[in-house]
Amino acid sequence: MIDLQLVLDNRELLTEGMLYSLQLTAFATLGGIVLGCLLALARLSAFKPLSLLSAAYVNLFRSVPLVLVIFWFYFLIPYFGFQIGPDKSVFITFTLFEAAYFSEIIRAGIQSISRGQLAAAYALGLTYPQTMRYVILPQALRNMLPVMLTQTVVLFQDTSLVTIIGIKDFMGSTSVVASNNGAMTEMYTFAAIAYFCVCFPISMLLKRLHKRIAVIR
Amino acid sequence: MDLNLDWGVLLQESPTGDGPYWQLLWTGAKWTVATALTGWALALLVGSIVGVMRTLPYKPLAWLGDAYVEVVRNIPLLVQLFFWFFVWPELLPREIGLWYKQDMPYPEFITAALALGWFTAARVAEQVKSGILSLPRGQKNAALALGFTLPQTYRLVVLPQAFRIVIPPLTSEFMNIFKNSAAALAIGLTELTFQMKQMVEYSNEVIVSIAAVTTIYMVMAFAVNRGMAWLERKSRIPGMIGGGR
Amino acid sequence: MIEIDKVSKWYGQFQVLTDCTTRIAKGEVVVVCGPSGSGKSTLIKCVNGLEPFQSGSILVDGTSVGAPGTNLPKLRSRVGMVFQHFELFPHLSITENLCLAQIKVLGRNADEAREKGLQLLDRVGLKAHAAKFPGQLSGGQQQRVAIARALAMDPIAMLFDEPTSALDPEMINEVLDVMTQLAAEGMTMMCVTHEMGFARRVAHRVIFMDQGQIVEDAAKDDFFGAPRSERAQQFLSKILQH
Repeated sequence: MIDLQLVLDNRELLTEGMLYSLQLTAFATLGGIVLGCLLALARLSAFKPLSLLSAAYVNLFRSVPLVLVIFWFYFLIPYFGFQIGPDKSVFITFTLFEAAYFSEIIRAGIQSISRGQLAAAYALGLTYPQTMRYVILPQALRNMLPVMLTQTVVLFQDTSLVTIIGIKDFMGSTSVVASNNGAMTEMYTFAAIAYFCVCFPISMLLKRLHKRIAVIR
Repeated sequence: MDLNLDWGVLLQESPTGDGPYWQLLWTGAKWTVATALTGWALALLVGSIVGVMRTLPYKPLAWLGDAYVEVVRNIPLLVQLFFWFFVWPELLPREIGLWYKQDMPYPEFITAALALGWFTAARVAEQVKSGILSLPRGQKNAALALGFTLPQTYRLVVLPQAFRIVIPPLTSEFMNIFKNSAAALAIGLTELTFQMKQMVEYSNEVIVSIAAVTTIYMVMAFAVNRGMAWLERKSRIPGMIGGGR
Repeated sequence: MIEIDKVSKWYGQFQVLTDCTTRIAKGEVVVVCGPSGSGKSTLIKCVNGLEPFQSGSILVDGTSVGAPGTNLPKLRSRVGMVFQHFELFPHLSITENLCLAQIKVLGRNADEAREKGLQLLDRVGLKAHAAKFPGQLSGGQQQRVAIARALAMDPIAMLFDEPTSALDPEMINEVLDVMTQLAAEGMTMMCVTHEMGFARRVAHRVIFMDQGQIVEDAAKDDFFGAPRSERAQQFLSKILQH
C-alpha cells in the first residue's frame, strides 16, 4: 500500500511541503488570534456600528466555504493589481478567514467570565483597557486555550486545501509525487497516515489538557 | 483595474455549453445541494449509530466507535476525498473496483457524498455521544428499573431526549456539510465553487462571479439555519433541558 | 459624603428606581434593606457608577457620579465596594489581588502595595494565606480578603452589596465582625444586607426599600421600635420571626 522507496526518493519535496503547511498554520494562528481578539472586542463594544461591522465580518466568513474564500483572494488579489503569487497570498486568506473563527472563540471566552468580575474591577477604579488586560483576558484566555488549540489542529488540516490552487504544501507535494509516478494509491495512503500521525497525538494531548485546565467560573 | 461591473454577464451564453452563466451557477448549486443532502443522510445514519455505540457498556464496541471518530477527525477532508476517489476502489474486490472506476454513474458525486457522509458522521457521532452523556444518569436507570431492555431504554427514553439536545450543534454540522462540499471540486465535482471558477476564467467578470456565488452560499446557510430553528421549535418539550428557551 | 437626590432608573419600560433620595454623612453607617427585587442592590451600584441612572443626581464627596465629564475610575478608586459573590480575581494570588489596583490605579510601587496589602490581610486575620489563590479559601475567608482589597485603596467610604448572602451560616459572623470593627473606626458605610442583628448593633440609620422606592429612612431605634409603613412592618415580621 505504501511505497516507502518513493517517499524516501522525494523526501526533500515532501519535507518542504510539510514546512510550508506548518508555516501557514503558525502564521494564520497568530494573525488570526490577534485579529480575532480585535474583532471580539469590537463585537462586544457598546458602540453599535463597530459591533455590527464585526458581526457582519464574522458571519460572512462563517457562512461560506474556505475553498470559496481561497478562490476569492486567488482571483481578487491579482485583479486589484497585486502580483504577490498565490503561495504568499494564502497567508492573508487564511489569517482573515481564521480570524472570524478565533473571534467567536474569544468572544465566548470573554462572555464566560461573570459580569461580577467586570464590576469588581471597575469598582476598584480600573479603566476599561486595564480591566480587559489584567482581569478579563487572562481568565478568558485560560478558559479558551484548549478550544483554541483544537482550532489550530483543524486549521492545520484545512491548509491542505491550498493544494486546489496548485500550491505545494504537504498535500500538494504528495499529489505531485503521486501523479508524476502514477502512484495515487500509495501516495494518498501515505498522506492520510502522515496527517494522522501529526494530528492524532496532538488531539490526545489536548484532550488531557481539556480535563486538566479547570474552567474558571 | 476596472470596477465597472457588468451584471448582464449572468445572462450571457457561457462557452461551456451549459447555457447562460446563471444556468452554470444554478447547475453548480444543484450539485452542491444534492451532495450535501446525500452526505447528510449518510452522516446522520452512521453518526447516530457510532454515537450510540460509544456510550454502550460493551468495551469493544465503544472502542471501535472512538477509533472511527479519531481516525476521521485527524485526517483532512481533502485527503479523505482522494482516498475515496483513488484508494477505495483498489481495496474493493477486483470486479467491483473496476465497476467503481469505470462504469459507476456520477462517480464524482457518489464519491463526494460518500466522503462527506463518513467525514461528517464522525462529527455527528461526537454530538450524539455528548448529548446522551449530558442526560441525567437517573433517566437511564429509571428506564432500566421499569424493566425496559437496553435497546428499549435507548429507543424510548434516551434517544428521544438526546436528539432534541443535539439539534443546535447539529445545525452547525449541517451547515458545515454544505460548505465542505466545495472541497469536492478537487475530484472534479461541478459544484458551485467549481462553477464560479469556470465563470471567472471564461467571463473575466471576477467581482460579479464572486458576488453571485457568495450570495448563493449565504442564502443556503440562511435556509439551513431557519430550517433547523423550525425543527427545534417543533420538537421542543416545555420545561425540558434545552427545551425551555 | 454621599448625597442621593431624586434618582430614577429604567430598564426599557420597567422602572427599577423611583425618586430615591437620601444622604449619608461622614462616619455614618447606613443599612439598606427590603425584599428581593426592591432595587436596593441597583441603588448601591448607582453610587459608584456601576449602574447608570436616567434622572436625578448622586454626589460622592462633592463629585457628581452621573455627570458626563466625571472621571469614573478615579471616583471608584476612592469608594470601596464589596460584592455578594466576593469577586476576587481567581487567576491572581491573594497578594496579587490586594496589589493590582494599588499599583495600576493609584500608581503605588510594588513594595509599598505589598506592605499595605499584607498589613490589611493581617487585620482581617488571613496573613497566613497570602500566597494562596482565591479558590483555595472558604467563602468567608474570600469575603474578608475582598474587604481588605477594597480597604487597600484607602477609600473614603465603603459600599457593601449583600456581603453575607452567599455565605454558609457559620461563616457569616467572621465577615460581620470585620465590618463591625470597621464601623467602630468611623468608616462611612452603606450596606445592603438582610442581617438585622448587624443593623441593630452597628447601624446609625436604616433605609427600607420596596418596588424601587425608599419607603422608610429612619434612625435605627425608630425603625426597629415603630416602623411607620405597613410594608416595612410586614418585612420585619417576616425576617425576624426565625
